[in-house]
Amino acid sequence: MKCQKCDRPASFHITDLVEGKPKELHLCEECAQAFLAPSEEDAADVMPAMAGLLAQHLAVGETADQLARLDQRVCPVCGISFLEFRKQGRLGCPHDYVFFAEELEPLLMNIHDQTHHIGKVPKRQSHGADQQTQLIRLRREMKEAVAHERYELASELRDKIREIEAKSRTAETE
Amino acid sequence: MNLDELAGACGEWLRGSGPESDIVISSRIRLARNLAEFPFVSRATDSDRAEIERILHGRIDSLIKDGKIPADLCYVDVRELAEVDRQFLVERQLISREHAEGEGARSVVFDHAERFSVMINEEDHLRIQVMQSGLDLDSAWKQVDTLDDLIEEKVTYAFNERIGYLTACPTNVGTGVRVSVMLHLPTLVITRQIEKVFKSLHKINLAVRGLYGEGSQAMGDFYQISNQVTLGLTEEELSKKVADVVPVLIDYERQAREFLVRESQETLHDRVSRAYGILRTAQTISSEETMHLLSSVRMGVNLGLIGNLEIPTINKLFIHTQPAHLQKLSGFELESSDRNIERASYLRKQLDIPAQGDQEKGDPSQN
Repeated sequence: MKCQKCDRPASFHITDLVEGKPKELHLCEECAQAFLAPSEEDAADVMPAMAGLLAQHLAVGETADQLARLDQRVCPVCGISFLEFRKQGRLGCPHDYVFFAEELEPLLMNIHDQTHHIGKVPKRQSHGADQQTQLIRLRREMKEAVAHERYELASELRDKIREIEAKSRTAETE
Repeated sequence: MNLDELAGACGEWLRGSGPESDIVISSRIRLARNLAEFPFVSRATDSDRAEIERILHGRIDSLIKDGKIPADLCYVDVRELAEVDRQFLVERQLISREHAEGEGARSVVFDHAERFSVMINEEDHLRIQVMQSGLDLDSAWKQVDTLDDLIEEKVTYAFNERIGYLTACPTNVGTGVRVSVMLHLPTLVITRQIEKVFKSLHKINLAVRGLYGEGSQAMGDFYQISNQVTLGLTEEELSKKVADVVPVLIDYERQAREFLVRESQETLHDRVSRAYGILRTAQTISSEETMHLLSSVRMGVNLGLIGNLEIPTINKLFIHTQPAHLQKLSGFELESSDRNIERASYLRKQLDIPAQGDQEKGDPSQN
């Protein structure tokens, strides 16, 4: 038996439902695969790309000047710029959700249709998110100080980091 | 436990014993978490990553010491692994492709039965997942929730009262939960109803993926249904949203099977028998063709058209004939063409079952 779509021998015998009625199809392997494969649109997974795509389209409605200003905003804690986030679709640190709150709100609305969490809450609430973000910032500054060979500054920063780490460990054991 | 020992075994979730396991392969729930005092993984320095690993491994060690989680855990340093071993863990569903292909210090911790796995330094600092055989989201949620609580007793998660658990990608923020059910839907594919199903799932904000998650093709007619939204609903509501749609899909698949049995049993039986015949006799066979044919055979077993094969055996074959598994099982690194020969040989061995059994059950000519 020949394939109904080309002249190769038919090796696949497919029963298709057309308006609820079975219809027999005889196809070669290649035509059968093309026939059975879900279309790319269906199979494509939009999830990983979605945040990036949406983030790129955040610009809609903004003038070039506004967008340029927005893109240049840099998180003081991790140092990521809004432009970098728009390009990668990944944020740099927990503080970005605070620092870029206004910019992220339409994005969250787009993705989730909601902007407020109502699910599980950690039992051990943080002893102050400030301390944690301070740690991220100080570690980054220390690394930069070392890179610029400003060792005195780096050692001051290291002491500050140790102090906060010690404080948070005491709080944890309480 | 080392990875070579693991190769011959298979995870609990593949045992095919859970509810509705003729159609539902597994239920999985994963949580995305980050430690509050570090930048997200993509901006973390090498020392941040090392410190995150140290803290989380330490936390897991102390849970073992306190007898709160099983002691037979496997810690795998993913960065140090050979490529074939990384691929092996992906095929096993213990790590994501992103984790395998990532950079820098990263690891995975999982239990001997492969019920849970914890990825460290994937896209988020922590990805905790629990897998159950069949349709059993409630039990998966209870386990992952408990594991999350236990880890959280001594570490501070990045959390914000208004938007919940903070994640590197805003698509996961809020609950950080991804609830997935993996289904085997061969007759919805044969009858081409699967596209309609996809469209209606997208309308209610559910995502459809292939066997290996994000971006993978639906090999072997396996589809993972999962939530897209993570914010503004509770974990239970999100889980219910997925759970509610699964019985409908099971029902569609069963109806399509009944329809084919009723209307074109010979064609269906022929398809199943040919698939089984090729798998038992081929001398070289690709992974794609194997998946395609195993799918027909799995359907045939469920319909009673093949009598002497068990579902767990076929479930195992889907995984063991993947490229990295074949290489681990044979003990050699193999090129693609050699893998195809090895795969055919492995299948012939595994399916070397007395032929008379084939015809005993469900042969239409005897009914």
